Amino acid sequence: MKESHKVTKSVRKPPRRGQSHKVLITGNEAIAEGAIQAGCRFYAGYPITPQNEIPAYMSNRMPEEGGIFIQAESELAAINMVFGAAACGARALTSSSSPGISLKQEGISYIAGAELPAVIVNIMRGGPGLGNIWSAQSDYFQATRSGGHGDYHCIVLAPSSIQEAYDLMFVAFDLADKYRNPAMILGDGMLGQMMEPLVMNKNKVINYKKPWALTGCKGRKPHIAKSFYMAMGDLEKSNLRLQKKYKTIQQKEQRYESLFLDDAKIILVAYGSMARIAKGVVHKLRESGERLGLIRPITLWPFPKDVFLKLSGKNKKAKILVVEMSYGQMLEDVKLVIDCKLPIQFLGRAGGGIPSEKEIISVTRRM
Amino acid sequence: MQMAKIKIDKDKCKGCLLCISFCPKGSIKKSKGLNKLGVNFVELQDSYECLGCMMCAIICPDCCIEVYK
Amino acid sequence: MEKIFSHPKSLRDITTHYCPGCGHGIAHRLIAEVVDELGIREQVIAVAPVGCAVIAYDYWDFDCSEAAHGRALAVATGIKRVRPDNIVFTYQGDGDLAAIGTNETIHAANRGENLTVIFINNSIYGMTGGQMAPTTLLGQKTATTPHGRQAQSEGYPLKISEMLSLLAGVKYIERTSLHSPQEILKTKKAIKQAFSNQIEKIGFSLVEILSPCPTYLGKSPKDALDWIRDVFVKEYPLGRLK
Repeated sequence: MKESHKVTKSVRKPPRRGQSHKVLITGNEAIAEGAIQAGCRFYAGYPITPQNEIPAYMSNRMPEEGGIFIQAESELAAINMVFGAAACGARALTSSSSPGISLKQEGISYIAGAELPAVIVNIMRGGPGLGNIWSAQSDYFQATRSGGHGDYHCIVLAPSSIQEAYDLMFVAFDLADKYRNPAMILGDGMLGQMMEPLVMNKNKVINYKKPWALTGCKGRKPHIAKSFYMAMGDLEKSNLRLQKKYKTIQQKEQRYESLFLDDAKIILVAYGSMARIAKGVVHKLRESGERLGLIRPITLWPFPKDVFLKLSGKNKKAKILVVEMSYGQMLEDVKLVIDCKLPIQFLGRAGGGIPSEKEIISVTRRM
Repeated sequence: MQMAKIKIDKDKCKGCLLCISFCPKGSIKKSKGLNKLGVNFVELQDSYECLGCMMCAIICPDCCIEVYK
Repeated sequence: MEKIFSHPKSLRDITTHYCPGCGHGIAHRLIAEVVDELGIREQVIAVAPVGCAVIAYDYWDFDCSEAAHGRALAVATGIKRVRPDNIVFTYQGDGDLAAIGTNETIHAANRGENLTVIFINNSIYGMTGGQMAPTTLLGQKTATTPHGRQAQSEGYPLKISEMLSLLAGVKYIERTSLHSPQEILKTKKAIKQAFSNQIEKIGFSLVEILSPCPTYLGKSPKDALDWIRDVFVKEYPLGRLK
């Protein structure tokens, strides 16, 4: 069916069947609208730059869909409200930025331990501590190593454009429900604040049955939402169940984008906003005949190991350059999977610093 | 004829003895033997009067006592 | 003869882990009795604390959620907003509600969430071995105030219920006690009021229950009740605060 693109002023109207909306929108608002269209009907959050547009947008939009918006008293309260909403079967969302995500770690651990589905958005900023409000990618460890206590993982998705940020909201809610696990969208200040065209297609929303939800025990045995197992052996059993789940996710849910891997001599590895710059370098240097390629992980957890394993199998002469807005966090995952089979170099800046095309090119020239 | 009576589940009794303190007729005593929890449980005196006031059942933290009237 | 007292349906017939003479057993039973009498077992969703009552959900026979320490009122807010027709209550100790959870408590109360809160105040942290609680009395010896609580270093016993009663969003606060069968019956009445308020959509309702912890008061169960009657109520007077 031929799509008709309409440029609309209002971002609030969801697209009608067979039509799509094209709008100019900020990343933060695209994330919020994507959540609503993916069926999110509970949002709790707290203001923190650079994601304030998300709670503001939700405060208007959520009640329009009969959902719940709460400006919580802290990020800590917000993630616990999400726990409660998720325990009752709602698609629940919270958002914050780096220091606020640190506050949420306890709650995320509980959500993972109780096997509840929930989505958390981190629009990263510079750290550590209060840092600043510029872009950074310094929370990769926190996101993928699961910054709270215990052996658990968040599914982590890293959009690189506003279109992708919107689309990945559907994926995040889907995976969270499918696996009964927290899922995180890892964006950054640049992505959150910038504006780009967005085509809002009505992405498919699967409604998962939630027989475990707390709804009042009419006609059934009571349910308990918990992560606490004191009896000997019970917690280990619960953990083994989680580990089995994570193994399945690692096998089935890896996502990435790649360019020119077949003949690349130097492969850039970058995610999120950094990947946009890396992509620019690849295309620029390809024009002058330099054989660059790109791997852009979209799932940071599960890390897209398979594409890297194939690489070190086929492309034994390629060199890898990992570029991040950090001092080498995703670098460790790349090193782990490459396992010393290919040479790896790293270029990183953080604290609001962003590796430029010029800097990347200068490093590749020396490789 | 007995106005009321109580039944004590001796194996649920933790031996807190609160019922003894609150029975207005002094009808409950501490046993000499031990129950499955390993404590001196409570039991009725050999001859006792029960008003069916339920003080013992109300104060019991472990729902050991049923009251009949 | 007719059976006039037995254990309520909403309370499972199992031996609890609570110490002999612990107030939790009584409080759990009163809540179960009220739930049965109001006929709301199938609508109730409870939120358990972290503390001795962390496994309260093993004793009650209705839906229940855990919560991280102090976060019960945030979890309950999430539940009630998503399922407004369910009857949602939290059951929290003095640390859960008035130390680590103070912020969540104040703001759920201030938002006027239509919730029922059962606040078990036993002046101590039981589960972790008898440390000072916000409600520990001056001079009271605990695991972390071995010489007795001092105002200049530990501050004063916190009057959280009095503080909450100042908030417009709070509709009902009553402080009761478990130190005698008569007071227990008054406690049950207050609990019933707090649940009825939620059913009638009146709003945030809290019952603070002075409860014995014989183990960490270092007293026999009867002496612990007498301590509440003679000493604790002087700092925490009984009655309706709002």
